[in-house]
Amino acid sequence: MSEDRLDVRKTYKLLINGAFPRSESGRSYKVETATGDFLANVAQGSRKDVRDAVAAARGVQQKWWGATAYNRGQVIYRLAEMAESRRVELRDHVMLAEGLDREAAQRLVSRTIDKMIWYAGWTDKIAQVLGGANPVAGPFFNFSLPVPSGVVGVVASQESSLEGFVEAVIAPIAAGNTVVALASERRPTPAVLLGEMTATSDFPSGVLNVITGVTSELAPVLCAHEDVDGVDISGVSSGEADQLNVVAAGSIKRVFRPRGADDDELRRLRTFVETSTVWHTIGQ
Amino acid sequence: MSESLANSQLGAFTYDPAPESTGVVRLQSSYGLFIDGTFTEPSSHDQFVTLNPATEEVLATVAQSSDADIDRAVTSARRAYDDVWSKTSGAERAKYLFRIARLIQERSRELAVLETLDNGKPIRESRDVDIPLAAAHFFYYAGWADKLDYAGFGLNPRPLGVAGQIIPWNFPLLMAAWKLAPALAAGNTCVLKPAESTSLSALALAEILQQAELPPGVVNIVTGDGQSGSALVEHPGVDKIAFTGSTEVGRLIQQRSASTPKHLTLELGGKGANIVFDDAPVDEMIEGIIDGIFFNQGHVCCAGSRLLVQESIADEVLRRLVRRIDQLRVGDPMDKNTDVGAINSASQLARIEELTAYGEREGATRYTSNCALPEKGYWFAPTVFADVAQSHRIAREEIFGPVLSVLTFRTPEEAVVKANNTKYGLACGVWSEKGSRTLWVAQRLRAGVIWANTYNRFDPTSPFGGMRESGFGREGGRHGLEAYLDV
Amino acid sequence: MIASVACVSTAPLRLVTPEDRGVRVSQTGSVPMIDSESQLKALLAGMSGVDAVGVDGRCAKLATRSIKRSSKKAAIDLAISMVDLTTLEGADTAGRVSSLCTKALRPDPSDLTVPSCAAVCVYPDLVAHARYVLGPSSVAVASVATAFPSGRASLKVKLMDVADAVDAGADEVDMVIDRGAFLSGRLGQVFDEIVAVKAACGEAHLKVILETGELVTYDNVRRASWLAMLGGADFIKTSTGKVGVNATPQAALVMLEAARDFAESTGHIVGVKVAGGIRTTKQAISYLVIVNETAGSTWLTPEKFRFGASSLLNDLLMQRLKQQRGAYVRPDEFSGD
Repeated sequence: MSEDRLDVRKTYKLLINGAFPRSESGRSYKVETATGDFLANVAQGSRKDVRDAVAAARGVQQKWWGATAYNRGQVIYRLAEMAESRRVELRDHVMLAEGLDREAAQRLVSRTIDKMIWYAGWTDKIAQVLGGANPVAGPFFNFSLPVPSGVVGVVASQESSLEGFVEAVIAPIAAGNTVVALASERRPTPAVLLGEMTATSDFPSGVLNVITGVTSELAPVLCAHEDVDGVDISGVSSGEADQLNVVAAGSIKRVFRPRGADDDELRRLRTFVETSTVWHTIGQ
Repeated sequence: MSESLANSQLGAFTYDPAPESTGVVRLQSSYGLFIDGTFTEPSSHDQFVTLNPATEEVLATVAQSSDADIDRAVTSARRAYDDVWSKTSGAERAKYLFRIARLIQERSRELAVLETLDNGKPIRESRDVDIPLAAAHFFYYAGWADKLDYAGFGLNPRPLGVAGQIIPWNFPLLMAAWKLAPALAAGNTCVLKPAESTSLSALALAEILQQAELPPGVVNIVTGDGQSGSALVEHPGVDKIAFTGSTEVGRLIQQRSASTPKHLTLELGGKGANIVFDDAPVDEMIEGIIDGIFFNQGHVCCAGSRLLVQESIADEVLRRLVRRIDQLRVGDPMDKNTDVGAINSASQLARIEELTAYGEREGATRYTSNCALPEKGYWFAPTVFADVAQSHRIAREEIFGPVLSVLTFRTPEEAVVKANNTKYGLACGVWSEKGSRTLWVAQRLRAGVIWANTYNRFDPTSPFGGMRESGFGREGGRHGLEAYLDV
Repeated sequence: MIASVACVSTAPLRLVTPEDRGVRVSQTGSVPMIDSESQLKALLAGMSGVDAVGVDGRCAKLATRSIKRSSKKAAIDLAISMVDLTTLEGADTAGRVSSLCTKALRPDPSDLTVPSCAAVCVYPDLVAHARYVLGPSSVAVASVATAFPSGRASLKVKLMDVADAVDAGADEVDMVIDRGAFLSGRLGQVFDEIVAVKAACGEAHLKVILETGELVTYDNVRRASWLAMLGGADFIKTSTGKVGVNATPQAALVMLEAARDFAESTGHIVGVKVAGGIRTTKQAISYLVIVNETAGSTWLTPEKFRFGASSLLNDLLMQRLKQQRGAYVRPDEFSGD
């Protein structure tokens, strides 16, 4: 700003299937900083954007899960590398969005990046920790494999614009799910940045889709979508969460609701992992 | 070749009736509710009859739980949890569960006969499957009660509190064991509601709990219809709902508990695909298909009700299947040689008839066993539908009866796509002698249980449960504990 | 009301028809000509595998069949008529064979309704004596041959052994296959031996002993069954009775499935004989159940199913009498041989 030059502003767009469209509806909405200054006009996603994002996530889910766990870990680690290289930008956006001071914002970004790495390391441990062999009383080789639920919808934290978002989307992705995430309505830009980083992190298109917009409009659409297998509804009040939970029950979805500070950190992984148990006969 | 040898009749050597004696069962004329360790009268004095579905004879009258009765049961479970069970060490809980397992083994003959009387399933199955597995479940989870720290959920995982458990009529005692054993091992107290048409073995289990001297209120057994189940689901004193039954009811339960802090696990319907490749071990595969769909009259949520057979062997498989269904011995469930027993209720029979009528109307070719059916009781002859299309109702909806729909495929990819083309995701079978392809298919099937070169096997150590609209949560194994721990 | 609804539906339902039922012995098929070892190998390798767990499970289930009252009575008489009353000991003498023949002819002299056994089974050197004692009765003389039980001799010796038995009046010859050749993949050699022995048998019926206990896997049992049937066996037989594992329900099941499938594709009905370790009525009846539910009525005759046994006969007789008297009988009710 101090430079004698008019800065080039950025357009904050959606991330759907690896592309960055404006909303198909053509709508946008004004986002302000924590102090009430104008920050940006952000794309206001629509029902159809949610639908397109779910289709993209479904389309790539087999491929993502079909990649080796080692490979998935590398891809997530690569995202952490990208975040690290853009940590100043992330910090600035967290400062603007959440009203934190520079040091606090920096610590938050660091913590978030470390969390990504933690999940990057989980991809090839999940099967060993959550699965295993079962000693059935008969001539059968019997093993339980954790497999992803499929497509997970995330209604991300409204307050924690980066850390909360990352935790909610990376956990299911690490487990082999693909994700359609609704970013924080009032603080969407850190999530949009993260989405942009996936474009340079070897993420197959559609593994993470980020929709910005009005939560009360989009969350019910996401939670009602029958091709969504599970939803994380961290980003709504408990009253709204109850409503979304009812909607999600329509197709027997797995639902994650936060439980507070002492929550088991594996619960996000476990919620969107299914146990598939295979029996095979043992004989000569 | 002489004409007389043209057809070698299977089953030409006929077996005289070999009925199991029912003398080991002493039925009461009426049963009360098991609350706080004793049998009590329902507050409303409402009762309903429970029938032997093979004869339509009344076996006994059973109490209909009112809201007040459910409240009494939940209150009792809460008190038992607060005062006794939460203060009982894991090692002591384990010993109670071991006792229960042993008592079931000791009274296994009586329980098998009772189960067959009330449910209509063949005595061979209640004797060789239901009852031994029920005992095994208690035995298995007994061992977990004092080892929860090692179950992979962190140190000192806490129980949830009072569990409300609603079970179906297809495996009455076994489902009670699946629900109670892990709940008690994890330290919860229980209110169990058996299915309306099959309450008796759960009430016999109540007696066993008394013999085991399980503290009063730790398990309460409340009989009744859907109203009673609904009251249990809605009761604010319940911390956990575990339900096994239809997807429709499961959906309602999830919706109703959505705005409550209740924990929920659901084990719902299925439309299992049994996938047969051209290199399958053919004789064992035919038996596996038969087992997959006619075990327990097809009243099995994980039944292999869709046969996906590779087109190149479809005619041969169908020929053998049709021959085989005619050989099944349908009739008196108490006869030790009966393969297929009675349909559990008039309403279930009506549902099976409705869907099979659709199958014919939609153009599928129906083969039905020529077996003679008894005059009284609810019966449905084993049936195979050929020429079924993916879009037919009999290929999409759960029939929950002895009815198999046969479809074909050409490539492994197509088999997987067809198998997954359902809203359910409970169980599948794969038949092939080629291990790499079996695992390739297994990896892609969306099902909680996959049986390779076998079908309908169950074990307390093996997690069971579904994906998608077949529900969530697992029963059995280490995974089964998660449903009853606050983790 | 509900009861009668079971078979009434909106459209006429198609019951399993007589054509769908039972085992259809082919009217048109024929036994394929085997011209080369590679052809034989390809044919056997192309057969479906056998899942051992499935076989064990099927047998366990069939073993739960409860055969009571008149069914049991009929089964006992059928089993008696299927017995190849056997003595295959180094200590065998003409005297022992005589009493065996007498027993086979009239198992229970006090009850003429008891059927005769199917055959007596002896070593070749005692065939002539057995033939003499049995005379023109319905009881056949069977003889083991081909360097029984190991089969470890040259083909020349084996064929002489067979000729010896046939010349002495054997109606049936029980040969052993060369298990060593089978296990090392020399299937052509095994096949050729069976063909040669069959030729040497002339009019006599050929039973081919697979020695399933040495073949070990059910895949081997199925393939050896087909190999023997293709080679011209009139019967396939489980065991010599001289090795650790003899007849098992599992081996019988796999062999009966093979015989059934062979009949369906070739029109040729090959019998099955179980031998070794079958001592009780309960065991015998459980084998009959397997026959009944696998291959069917065509095999439920002494022409197509046999028990190679010795002590089994007395147990059948005891059970038969128990059925009549309603009380258990003492073993001394019947003669030892």
